[in-house]
Amino acid sequence: MSDTLDHSDRPWLDPDTAPFIKVDGITKKFGGFTAVDQVDLEIFRGELFSLLGASGCGKTTLLRILAGLETPTSGKVWIDGVDITQLPAYERPVNMMFQSYALFPHMNVAQNVAYGLKRDGIPKEEIVQRVGQMLTMVELSGFSKRKPHQLSGGERQRVALARALVKRPKVLLLDEPLAALDKRLREQTQFELMRIQEQLGVTFIVVTHDQEEAMTLSTRIAVMNEGRFIQIGPPTELYENPDNRFIASFIGSVNLFAGHTLTRNNDLYTIALNKHDLQCQIEHTQHLDNGSPIWVAVRPEKITLSTTPLAGEGLNQLMGTVDDIAYTGNLSTYRVKTQSGDIVEVTHPNQSRSRGSQLIADWDDTVYLHWTSADSVLLSE
Amino acid sequence: MGKKPSVFLFSMLCFGLAFLYIPMAMLVVYSFNYSKLVPVWGGFSIRWYRVLFESEEIWSALMLSLKIALLNATFATVLGTLAGLALARIGRFKGRTLFTGMITAPLVMPEVITGLSLLLLFISLNSIIGWPSERGMTTITIAHITFSMAYVAIIIRARLAGIGQHLEEAAQDLGGKPFRVLLDITLPLLAPALVAGWLLAFTLSLDDLVIASFVSGPGANTLPMLIYSRVRLGLRPDINALATIIILVVAVGVFIAGWLLLRQQQQRDRDLQIATTDNSDLSGLNDKDHHSHDRSGDIPQHQVDTGTPERPSRR
Repeated sequence: MSDTLDHSDRPWLDPDTAPFIKVDGITKKFGGFTAVDQVDLEIFRGELFSLLGASGCGKTTLLRILAGLETPTSGKVWIDGVDITQLPAYERPVNMMFQSYALFPHMNVAQNVAYGLKRDGIPKEEIVQRVGQMLTMVELSGFSKRKPHQLSGGERQRVALARALVKRPKVLLLDEPLAALDKRLREQTQFELMRIQEQLGVTFIVVTHDQEEAMTLSTRIAVMNEGRFIQIGPPTELYENPDNRFIASFIGSVNLFAGHTLTRNNDLYTIALNKHDLQCQIEHTQHLDNGSPIWVAVRPEKITLSTTPLAGEGLNQLMGTVDDIAYTGNLSTYRVKTQSGDIVEVTHPNQSRSRGSQLIADWDDTVYLHWTSADSVLLSE
Repeated sequence: MGKKPSVFLFSMLCFGLAFLYIPMAMLVVYSFNYSKLVPVWGGFSIRWYRVLFESEEIWSALMLSLKIALLNATFATVLGTLAGLALARIGRFKGRTLFTGMITAPLVMPEVITGLSLLLLFISLNSIIGWPSERGMTTITIAHITFSMAYVAIIIRARLAGIGQHLEEAAQDLGGKPFRVLLDITLPLLAPALVAGWLLAFTLSLDDLVIASFVSGPGANTLPMLIYSRVRLGLRPDINALATIIILVVAVGVFIAGWLLLRQQQQRDRDLQIATTDNSDLSGLNDKDHHSHDRSGDIPQHQVDTGTPERPSRR
């Protein structure tokens, strides 16, 4: 993947591809509160893009601005080269699936799905045909005469999806599409959403607070906090190369060790950890002065645990005692207390069935933690 | 506790009901009194009912009251709905709380004040623009609309707050222009509140004595005004008969409304039950379907021309 020029799968890497949706300096203030703060964003055709953040971070407001349900205080929105900032919601080539699904309770399933087409003045036969297609796609063909209150949560979600897609929007906005479903159904529906998106090729923008959901669904994720983007990138990039401590701890779990830089050799920094007698070498492309405070981030699954010390080139080692063990079936999580009193989390897959061999160490055992420098990330903020 | 009704609670219930219904029961009983003197029992008779039906005056007062109530209910529902919509959907603006408070003021305003101020308005309007030239049905209707509309606005606003804004937003998002959304979504959802508001406005108008007395003119007597003016000259048996008929009509009305509501509720419960049992069956079928064959080919690709063939990979 190093120097090929074909970026058809990753249009954001190709400087020649024009973005399909362009958000330019959008700010939204509610009275004195700034919900969205000078946000810029480029989304490409066919992406399944997620806006991820805790509640109140401004992600839903941004989605509503894209839908035309909220007017930005300043900034512009383009879709497919057209400035839609001033267009009312009913003239935008965009449809939204609401978190509450917002199905019209006085209309049956078919009438709900047909509503958008009717408002567009599409001939009756075509409406019937397109509604039928959509209901087949979401596997609700037998349900067209039902009222929303006669449907289960998952069925309602599919009606909402069909209703939003039947108008063939250029962009589909989904506000927490799976939040109202129980866990099992949610997982199943995630893949269903991906299948439908792939089949139709519509650009999806999903708002979610569930980082696992965002990771599963998305081509790229924008992590938001307090109205701003913290980092935008594909799931792997956010997970393996977080820009800062916020992203590292928001996406998955992470062990952070405070330290400072000692020397630099090209892109290779030598680091000393503050609370541990440990020096390590980590690659980092940005310039940092010697002595700058930094953090070393290591994911729990990238640390190995052993009861005997290991020696090896570039292998970082800490000693500690097992404070707690959480068995979650597929994994066991060990919480190890180091000599400095910090807790380090280590996860270990339970590859074997027999109970004895799953536990590498027991409570209060002295253990050694190892990770390679290449598996750790240097964070400067 | 609970199995055997406590004697104390039971007697309290009887006392409460007696307090409520003994006056009405007396009225009904004395309406069948033959004697012209109300408190003296002169044997059973329906002569006062006959007198009532033959009275031109009573019929015209009743018709006037009904006309005013119908007009009032209709106009108050329209205006009150508009006010309720504005209050619920206009969003934040300076002085919104003040406006909300102001629309509810007529609810707590003493009727005497409302009546007096309206009378003053009609008199000064008459001297400035010459309208209304005489007070009567029109002025009573206008007066009733002014206070009934506040009740309707409150009902509508509460219902709109309950419905929330998402449904209207969804309709707009699907291409409904604001007025269309009002017709397609908002008004159908408001239907129960509209009916409730209309009925409330109707009864408020039918009930009103004080305001009507203030703004009415010579010759225009509503039914409450007629009853009041007759009873002022002493209790009269034909008014007892009239009151009995009103009680009967109200009781039948309440019974029918209650029965309809109950039936609707039962129907809804049944629908829900059918739906839930059906769903479990169908979801079972769906699951089987899910595993047995790949449905991605169910829709021919050429029919779904929404987007572009290219799609970025997820990783």
